[in-house]
Amino acid sequence: MTQKILTTRMEEHPSDSHTLARYLDTGGYATLHKALADMSPDDVAAEVKASNLRGRGGASFPTGVKWGFLPEDTRPRYLVINADESEPGTFKDRLLLERDPHQLLEGIALSAYALDVQRAFVYVRGEYSKAARRLQRAIDEAYEGGYLGAGIAGSEFSLDVTLHLGAGAYICGEETALLSSLEGQRGEPRIKPPFPAIEGLYSMPTIVNNVETISNVPWIIANGGFAFASIGPTTSAGTRLMSLSGHVATPGDYEIVLGLTWRDLIYDVGGGIRDDRPLKAWVPGGASAPWFVPETHLDTLVTIDDIAANGSMIGSGAVIVMDDTTNVVAAAHRLVKFFAHESCGQCTPCREGTTWLERILDRILTGQGRRDDLDLLLDVSDNISPGLVWPPAMTTICPLGPSATAPIVSIMRYFRDEVEAMIPVEEGSLVAREEVLLG
Amino acid sequence: MIPTWSADNQERATALIAQYPEKRSAVMPLLYVASLEHGYVTEEAMREVAELTGLTAAQVQSVASFYTMYRRDPVGNYLVSVCTSISCWLRGADDLLAAIEDESGTLDGEMSEDGTFTIEHVECSGACGGAPVLSVNWELIEGVEPDKGRALIRWLRDAEPETISADEMQVLFGGRRSFEWAVAEPEGAIAPLPAFAPYGTAREL
Repeated sequence: MTQKILTTRMEEHPSDSHTLARYLDTGGYATLHKALADMSPDDVAAEVKASNLRGRGGASFPTGVKWGFLPEDTRPRYLVINADESEPGTFKDRLLLERDPHQLLEGIALSAYALDVQRAFVYVRGEYSKAARRLQRAIDEAYEGGYLGAGIAGSEFSLDVTLHLGAGAYICGEETALLSSLEGQRGEPRIKPPFPAIEGLYSMPTIVNNVETISNVPWIIANGGFAFASIGPTTSAGTRLMSLSGHVATPGDYEIVLGLTWRDLIYDVGGGIRDDRPLKAWVPGGASAPWFVPETHLDTLVTIDDIAANGSMIGSGAVIVMDDTTNVVAAAHRLVKFFAHESCGQCTPCREGTTWLERILDRILTGQGRRDDLDLLLDVSDNISPGLVWPPAMTTICPLGPSATAPIVSIMRYFRDEVEAMIPVEEGSLVAREEVLLG
Repeated sequence: MIPTWSADNQERATALIAQYPEKRSAVMPLLYVASLEHGYVTEEAMREVAELTGLTAAQVQSVASFYTMYRRDPVGNYLVSVCTSISCWLRGADDLLAAIEDESGTLDGEMSEDGTFTIEHVECSGACGGAPVLSVNWELIEGVEPDKGRALIRWLRDAEPETISADEMQVLFGGRRSFEWAVAEPEGAIAPLPAFAPYGTAREL
């Protein structure tokens, strides 16, 4: 259970794990040289496919399968790294960008070689200025060292990498919105199909992969896809960076092998709940994921499939823990407010629906709730995501709108009595409102 | 090229446009450079970026208005952005924002009368392990308790630092971090824009 892939260097060399000198000193770029000398692009792609690596950005799609969607003949192809990490609760790509940017760059170079790509872009969210500076320095170092640019390591393979800074829009983490943004347009998602692998950046075949996903590639090529696949549960292979936040005693990023229970993750890895308070609920995979509660889920397994089978998702690996002091209506309001703010506005159910949900929760929180607001919350949610099923049904181009229904469904499923208790007994009565507000 | 821009910014604009297969893609970086040139994204800045990228001014305005980090109104010397998303909220972000508003005498979303501060709340800053967090000119400080937030505002007002450094502020006003950075960064922010050398917004400390 102590296997580490991504964080070994930064743990052993905290003062300079981000520099080229330390990267080379710890075996960095040797895998790229070996692959360029001894392996064909198809060999590299085959190892990634054999590794069972699944995307770390949220959708958990098998990386090798995604790569296989590229059409045979169309050129140029592009590789775009999604470093627009913005899902509330998620802060693991920042760790990889700030502490080991060359690991990502070697992963990019290996992936680009496998995919016959000569132009790669890294889309870093605008707020991550420190991460952007470190990555840009690493890119500059890699060009000087001959690990990027023309004829890498004396081979025929050339690659240019450009860092593109976002400007504050969560929706650009959605891959087609990211491509729109990179083309200099508003960051609005596009209807799929066509998927980016067929028609992506500048309408050319494009692979979009997450930072953590691609940071795994050097290890996979160095050790073989089979070695990676044999770490952890079969369908959750490899390690995983979990971001623990909220009311755990020791929040932080933890690289773990999946397959442990939530009890182990929250109480051992996360150090338990602050001040030993009771655990009330947690969000298992970022703001978009339906919540879990201790009575039902504490001894279920943390794997991609087990979480899905229990009606939620591992998403970006962001675990947001709430103790017994948490007002769940206020927590849901905070999450819904996020989605309302970040809706790009293209689709009516999302643009209007998320705003409605925010306003209804807002009036409940200020003691102005109505008895039919509980039904209204579910009705509006149902109009955004029909049936309120999991995985969510969609009336929208992208999953942002349906994501906003996750906290609503969660509080109505597990804490309906708490929501009801916030509705004044005598509707519209000021006295009743004060009772709610003042407890 | 835009002859009224500084020679440095003209050079940066040329280099940024050359980074992309299609120059339209440079609209976002150029909006940052134009912000540095004009202080914020003015009407003129949008016309200039349009000229550089072959777009119409309306297209550039459409892009600029989509992203929260492009300011289309004057912004204070120190843009203080308090994260109030779920993980920071669970750890007391609302109290921190209230302390920042009170100490700066500036409400959320507004600029102080003397132009020293713009105060805003922002959605998730991606540093949830160090909650509650805030940033000054996009330089991050984690584990900020309300009294430290007040001290930060007083320090900015009194010391008037020309270059904003995350590491310096973290030592003075921060607490728990998402993870340790170990070594100090050699660069900081010179404007309420992300400090990034290719955009001219970073300066060596």
